[in-house]
Amino acid sequence: MGKPILTIKKLTKKYGDNVIFHDIDLVVNEGDTIVIIGPSGTGKSTLLRCINLLTCADEGQIWLDDLEITAKGCDEDRVRQHIGMVFQNFLLFNHLTALDNVMMGLTRVKHMKPDEAKQKALRELERVGLSDRADHYPGQLSGGQQQRVAIARALAMDPRIMLFDEPTSALDPELIGEVLEVMRKLALEGMTMLVVTHEMGFAREVADRIVFLEKGSVVEEGSPDDLFYHPKHERTREFLWKITELYGKKEKEY
Amino acid sequence: MDLVKFLQYIASGTAYTIAVTLVALPSGLLLGMLFSILNVYGGKVSQRLTSLYSTVMRGIPPIVLLFILYFIVSGSINLSPFWAGSISLGIVSSAYQMEIVRGAILSVSSGQMMAARAIGMSKNQAIQHIILPQTLRLAIPPWSNEAAIVVKDSSLVYALGVPEILRRAQLISASTQEPFLAYAIAALIYFLLVFITNRLLDVLDRRLRIPANP
Repeated sequence: MGKPILTIKKLTKKYGDNVIFHDIDLVVNEGDTIVIIGPSGTGKSTLLRCINLLTCADEGQIWLDDLEITAKGCDEDRVRQHIGMVFQNFLLFNHLTALDNVMMGLTRVKHMKPDEAKQKALRELERVGLSDRADHYPGQLSGGQQQRVAIARALAMDPRIMLFDEPTSALDPELIGEVLEVMRKLALEGMTMLVVTHEMGFAREVADRIVFLEKGSVVEEGSPDDLFYHPKHERTREFLWKITELYGKKEKEY
Repeated sequence: MDLVKFLQYIASGTAYTIAVTLVALPSGLLLGMLFSILNVYGGKVSQRLTSLYSTVMRGIPPIVLLFILYFIVSGSINLSPFWAGSISLGIVSSAYQMEIVRGAILSVSSGQMMAARAIGMSKNQAIQHIILPQTLRLAIPPWSNEAAIVVKDSSLVYALGVPEILRRAQLISASTQEPFLAYAIAALIYFLLVFITNRLLDVLDRRLRIPANP
């Protein structure tokens, strides 16, 4: 087991009186792939946004390696460089080509020389199988290709951890596979990943641990085998069955 | 006085009209961009202040503002009527341009800002490299409307004595007793200027359009 890269302690987020999640504890070790599952509205996306400080948590602490990133005076922009984020709806920069999307962080944030940044960006596009689409604009790419560019854009920053917020939920069924394939490859390469998804096939095959989140708290956490075959809570079994039925079929078809 | 001379006299004001526009429009754009960014990203206080600015400026006829601003500007610094008038027009236009740019900023999805921040860009970097390039493209069609208005409103500086098209038309109409001819020629020149401006902006819009599959 690697050393902890991300440590979350007693994290709580509220909007007014509305508690999104409370007292979340989570440790992600180096090289781990953790999958978070749970019904919609349980705060999964908000949790990811809190981790890369796009949203401010109300209570609790988060450490990235040995740095407490929820501490006052922590340089958010610097922290975010080390946390890759992939969004449900891709969010590529619409006015830039795939290559420029990937280069943006390298030239503007890491202040790399343009030549160097270009080489690095091309390598990242290669890594997601899109070097032949480098000159295409987002509007000229399929959803699956856009999401892979978004993954390359995040990877280019050499993040300590990658966060995926339902990366395949906005995709047509036939495009899901190519994105999951890239993610599977990343996991095998030893990338540390925290993934919110409904793709149970991916979760079962790739996850080191699955975290079942409901109504703002962790119901159960364990290896895929534990959760699928020996869940401690009836609710976990119920949810997994329902989701596998919904999404599992689709997976077999394609 | 023959027609050619008549035309020449009025047309010689065109340079002034163009010059006034070329000062007013960009200075209005710069101020408008600044105010719209402050309005959207600057927090509550600057949002209120810029909204107030826009509401007040757009609620007063341009010619009234022009006089007020002209006397403020020329009272504090020694400026020729041309510069004072052009800058004042730019300030009037800035309120309208602020609304155009603000609308365009709001129609660039907030996700673009989030994605930029997620790779570690600062808010200012995100505005400069991600938000504005998309905003300004979106703003071209409504902006070309404002550009036409500023070309036409440049005629207001005639009231300050700047010898632009309308001023010259008025002078020659008085001296020749040919008002219809004088103002018809002025109208024609204004129309051509507006027409050309819009055409140029159409070309710019098409050139800058982001490629996408149909």
